[in-house]
Amino acid sequence: MRRLGSQPIGLFFIALSALAALSVVLILAIILGQIVHEGWGGITWAFLSSAPDKGMRGGGVWPALFGTFALVILMTIAVVPLGVLTAIYLFEYARPDSRLARAVNVAVANLAGVPAIVFGLFGLGFFVNFVGRNIDRLLYGGELAYGQPAILWASLTLALLTLPVVIVTTGEALRAVPMVAREASLALGATKWQTILKVVLPQCTSGILTGAILAVSRGAGEVAPIMFTGAAYFLPSLPTRLNHQFMELGYHIYVLTTQSPNVEETKPILYSTVLVLLLLTFALNAAAIVIRARFRASVRTA
Amino acid sequence: MAGVLPEAARIARATGAARSERVIARSRLSRLAERIVEGGVFLSAWIAILVIFLIFVFIGREALPLLWDTPQPGLEAEAVTLDRLVGPTYYSDRPPAYVWQPVSTVPKYNLVPLVVGTLKATVVAVLFAAPLAILAAIFSSEFAPRWLREIIKPTIELLAGLPSVVLGFFALMVLASWLQDLLGLTFRLNALNAGIALGLAVIPIIFTVSEDALTAVPNSYREASYALGANQWETASRIVVPAAVPGMFAGVVLGFGRAVGETMVVLMASGNAAITSWNFVEPVRTLSATIAAELGEVVFGSPHYRVLFLIGILLFAFTFVVNLSGELYVRRLKERLEGRTAG
Repeated sequence: MRRLGSQPIGLFFIALSALAALSVVLILAIILGQIVHEGWGGITWAFLSSAPDKGMRGGGVWPALFGTFALVILMTIAVVPLGVLTAIYLFEYARPDSRLARAVNVAVANLAGVPAIVFGLFGLGFFVNFVGRNIDRLLYGGELAYGQPAILWASLTLALLTLPVVIVTTGEALRAVPMVAREASLALGATKWQTILKVVLPQCTSGILTGAILAVSRGAGEVAPIMFTGAAYFLPSLPTRLNHQFMELGYHIYVLTTQSPNVEETKPILYSTVLVLLLLTFALNAAAIVIRARFRASVRTA
Repeated sequence: MAGVLPEAARIARATGAARSERVIARSRLSRLAERIVEGGVFLSAWIAILVIFLIFVFIGREALPLLWDTPQPGLEAEAVTLDRLVGPTYYSDRPPAYVWQPVSTVPKYNLVPLVVGTLKATVVAVLFAAPLAILAAIFSSEFAPRWLREIIKPTIELLAGLPSVVLGFFALMVLASWLQDLLGLTFRLNALNAGIALGLAVIPIIFTVSEDALTAVPNSYREASYALGANQWETASRIVVPAAVPGMFAGVVLGFGRAVGETMVVLMASGNAAITSWNFVEPVRTLSATIAAELGEVVFGSPHYRVLFLIGILLFAFTFVVNLSGELYVRRLKERLEGRTAG
């Protein structure tokens, strides 16, 4: 029988641990409460659909919102196939104790721990200075086209940063597919790849979707990797080509907070911008949680 | 008749052979396609390893020319040597000092103030986050009723999903003023403020790893303890927590690694002054924030540019070692605990 115990020291420590848990919840509530309280009033259709004006002290966030969407869409196109293929290798092809599988697992775990700013340096050193410049040299006769910060390079940098998220969630989904489904397909004469493509992956779509959404939510909030690979302070027009620079919500927040000559004046806009970013990332996270819960329920009943 | 039958048989044999050859050819083709696809799968498995490798190579490629570049004539004073990176600058009229002053007539690239600043911010972060996160993890895994756990865990996930630029914003706009009013501080932005905000970014990691360590303790341990008449507190404090301490320690180490690399929070909340002092309520500048703040304005290929990439390599190498050892350690611990239940 579990009893709470009656010694005062025991009760004291249980109360202390409860207090710690409570304060974490409370801290988050305070942060969110403050941002919602100050920012909610400013979110109007006009705010979402107009560009900043009066030297960023007025107007809305439309270019930053558009840039964020464009950025994460490009990122998703790059990261989902790569992440899914890696997960397929790890869970369908490799023996779990093989040296390569273990090395890949360690590399994925490590990649997840690389600081965001290091990804930013890498994006600048590899994509912009190496890949971009060589493209310019080979295809554009040395004219500057891709050897500069651009939305393409920023999205690829983010794709590498979010790769572990997609690999891990897809892996979970693959593991949830029952072994008998694979065996039945192989027994009917299907090849391994046919089995994966026609039997395993269709059961994993929601798992892969969850991974993609979590990657997008993570990518939409990261600022350090895009600071030097494509994000811009302010642009008069929206990006329409892969080698254009772009505005982004997180970077916009950083710029408004630190570069404004008068923070009190920009405060309302600032809080509303932060709230827009928060709503975006939380909505994505919530969607991922719901899809995952449904997926788990469907696996259990199947 | 006699001549027709063999003829028919010959034709039949020939067409049959052709058909089976076609079948064989088609299956060969699909097998080839399958090989190609599998090759693609195999190649993409290497990508994570490749990226880690490329990060080293391409950040090193921008940083390492520092070692062999001979300074242009007349610019010898700007040359970056190991001595200038770690040793003090000597003045004729002042005592020697460690100075980071990359934009000046004689640029000074001393990393000591940045390392000290990073340590100050991360120490505050870990001191703030570790007790909160570990106690919360103990509560969540050992004492909390189910419905409370269903509140705590999503809260932690939500906190983990908070973009660091939002944490930095909150620390800069709100937390800094509260701390200044509360403690009567001279500087609004300082190591304490940045450290607490950084701690918020680190709580989810320490909590998750600690909670994993606690739940990895086999239930048979708890049951044995209850069977001997111990209550919940005695079981937690003498049986479960001691078994999970190494895991919690790993969580703190991983949290420390994350705090060292975290950029936006410190960039916004620390005040960004490169001062070498151990006063925790003075502004600090960390390694990561230095890269973020200065790389945008630096001349491509200049010594300053290369030093910033050198800092990047240092950060990467440090977090790489911390993460790798933490990861391997946690994995071994888990295997040991789970092995015990099986045996």
